[in-house]
Amino acid sequence: MSIALPEQATSPVAALAPHPDPAPSRGRRFAPGLAAAGVVLLLVAVATVAPRLLTGTDPLAADPFHALEGPSGAHWFGTDQLGRDVFTRVVHGARYSLSIGVISTLLSVLSGGILGLVAGLSPRAVDEVLSRALDVLSAFPEVLLALLFIAFTEPGTPSLIMAIALAFAPRYGRIVRAQTLLVRRSGYVEQAVTFGLSRTRLVWRHILPNVLGPLPILATIGLGSAIVNASALSFLGMGPQPPSPEWGAMLSESRNYLRVAWWAAILPGATLTITVISLTAVGRRLQRRFEGRR
Amino acid sequence: MAALVTVNDLHVTFPGGGTGPVHAVRGISFTVERGECVAIVGESGSGKSVTARSLVGLAGPFAEVRAAALEVDGRDTGGYTDRDWRRLRGRVAGLVLQDALVSLDPLNTVGQEIGEVLRTHRVGVAATRDAQVTALLDAVHVPEPAERARQYPHQLSGGLRQRALIASAIAADPPLLIADEPTTALDVTVQASLLRLLAERRAAGSTLLLVSHDLAVVAGIADRVLVMRDGLIVEQGPTQRILTAPEHDYTRMLLAAVPTAASRGHRLSSTTRSPLPAPAVDPSRTVLRADGLHKHFGTRHAVNDVTFTLARGEILGVVGESGSGKTTVARIALGLLEPDGGTVHLGQTRWTGVPERRRRPDRRRLQVVSQDPLSSFDPRYTVEKLVAEPLDLRGAARRDRVVELLERVGLGAAHLRRHPRELSGGQRQRVAIARAVGPRPDVLVCDEPVSALDVSVQAQVLDLLADLRAADGTALLFISHDLGVIHHLADRVLVMHDGRVVEQGPVEDVFARPEHQYTATLLAALPVLTG
Repeated sequence: MSIALPEQATSPVAALAPHPDPAPSRGRRFAPGLAAAGVVLLLVAVATVAPRLLTGTDPLAADPFHALEGPSGAHWFGTDQLGRDVFTRVVHGARYSLSIGVISTLLSVLSGGILGLVAGLSPRAVDEVLSRALDVLSAFPEVLLALLFIAFTEPGTPSLIMAIALAFAPRYGRIVRAQTLLVRRSGYVEQAVTFGLSRTRLVWRHILPNVLGPLPILATIGLGSAIVNASALSFLGMGPQPPSPEWGAMLSESRNYLRVAWWAAILPGATLTITVISLTAVGRRLQRRFEGRR
Repeated sequence: MAALVTVNDLHVTFPGGGTGPVHAVRGISFTVERGECVAIVGESGSGKSVTARSLVGLAGPFAEVRAAALEVDGRDTGGYTDRDWRRLRGRVAGLVLQDALVSLDPLNTVGQEIGEVLRTHRVGVAATRDAQVTALLDAVHVPEPAERARQYPHQLSGGLRQRALIASAIAADPPLLIADEPTTALDVTVQASLLRLLAERRAAGSTLLLVSHDLAVVAGIADRVLVMRDGLIVEQGPTQRILTAPEHDYTRMLLAAVPTAASRGHRLSSTTRSPLPAPAVDPSRTVLRADGLHKHFGTRHAVNDVTFTLARGEILGVVGESGSGKTTVARIALGLLEPDGGTVHLGQTRWTGVPERRRRPDRRRLQVVSQDPLSSFDPRYTVEKLVAEPLDLRGAARRDRVVELLERVGLGAAHLRRHPRELSGGQRQRVAIARAVGPRPDVLVCDEPVSALDVSVQAQVLDLLADLRAADGTALLFISHDLGVIHHLADRVLVMHDGRVVEQGPVEDVFARPEHQYTATLLAALPVLTG
């Protein structure tokens, strides 16, 4: 005789989480990793809003006499091939990466959300058309989709934002559609029908709030991917143009000197990695909180 | 010879989140003699399942089990490792759980599942394993055992799955068979046949330990009953004595709470017989009328020519087993599902075959209470918002009416800000009822409203429904699989089978003199509390 584990409830919120944490969260524990992630995000936020608080130097000030110097007390992250302070550039770069990530994520959540909601609430035929369109878009890797979009527009920050938004919209669209169907067929919506609520009021009062609830958390987790993809595209020269201190662009510029000056590439790269990990960690924590609440 | 099971001062504690540790079992002692059938009866949270599971080392990964003695078949299980427990399970004690679909591995055929037990405990040799499996399935009366052994759990009906599970539990011929709610969620006829099977095992020499919330289920088979409450045994003794001369108030309350023919017209939630208020049925005023309803799902004729009327203040019970079409009838009556044929009228208003827009103004005259109240509550709403939703009131008047409704169902203003998730099952169902009666409906459709509740809570909810209909003259379309509940509460009954109404009439007539064979079968299968 074997005792099968009860089926894990699969919610659409879990769809974005390829590695769900198997350990049940027991009460409120102090999580050092989570605290560190919070500090990182706080620093990144400060760097975005007021970079001058963290560094006094100019990210574009070149000093050829001190090019490619290793990390020191004067230059924490060393200097690059033009003698610019890498730390200053990393701090100022946060504004690019974060704003591109946030704006594109907002756009993709908004557009994907509307599409998903319309698909979920529409008659079957409309739903089929919209869903298949989302499926086709989802079939392309996100970076490829973004590249295709940029190929038809001018490289630069606005088209990078649009490209990332387009690439990620299908993901949110499918999740919102699934959630909409779930809520639409739920017992409480049916119950509300028996109170004689009109369709519009059903949507506004019961369906919309319950569909949108998990979206902010999904967006937090998705923000990390958006930032990575944005950096990848600017690495390829599709985003902010030099000498802008965008993290991906910095990696691209410094890669030729990797053998002599590892710091100019590794340290911006590490900052990017740590930021994304922190975002994901905090997002997952929020997600677990939220799911525990239901 | 010593008893097969000896439990002395058993404690089971779970580390609780937030609220501190939960002491699920608080020092109980009992024995089970060889060849005996002992039943542990109690409501949810009484610790009955945990007790049974502790005997096979399955109290749970976080459970802390302590006992002065915990002996099974002469083995002292104190300090048992997982490995020791594994050897004991199946060999010494077979365990049958409530939900066979969850307990059987969905990727294994029934034959593989049973064969695995045989292999683990080295019973017989590989060459004859298939024959052994077939013999075991045959022993638990699975028809066409050889063919069933090749099927997967989802291909079997609930009753057959439960039999397969029993076959795997007895495969290694353990002296002790532990069954935790073995018949819950099964239809009454299937339940009766499974109880016969368990009785047969016992006659063949097995020792049985049954766990159930239902006194009636175990009454026919158990020699002794242990009544548990809050982790303690409040009373134990021979079944007959417990049923006829219960000593503890809690046992008396449990017995009084069981709805039966005898309890008709009386309150269930009180140990002294007190009558319910007389209903005011007005046969001249039909509030709901269904004529020749038909509904197909694919090729299945889910509802086949169903006709009924419901008079003001009347309770019409709809009884039938799963798949009989009773819930489909309820959904059609509620206007949530359009019938393929036939009509429904709410009073004089045409209710089916009209656009939803036309139904909307009259929607509040027809309200529903479902089996699972939590799923019918918007997860973001507080009790106040939930109850207020169908009301046409604003501000203070609205708040007052909500409080008034909550007080009617035995809750109060203290519950306004509460969230349904923080309430008990019975309280949730009260909130659902308060919400449903808020718009003063003519008809209340109750779809299995007490099926998920403990018997004492069920008693309170049934009393509440009876009070409400007497006071308001609300008619109830009361759907239940439980004949006892119908017999207790309903004025008239509609017996459904395979989508058809096989019999209908006043409850006393139908239950005393069933005309249709199926009704008679149902009644015969009903476990009775013989006192």
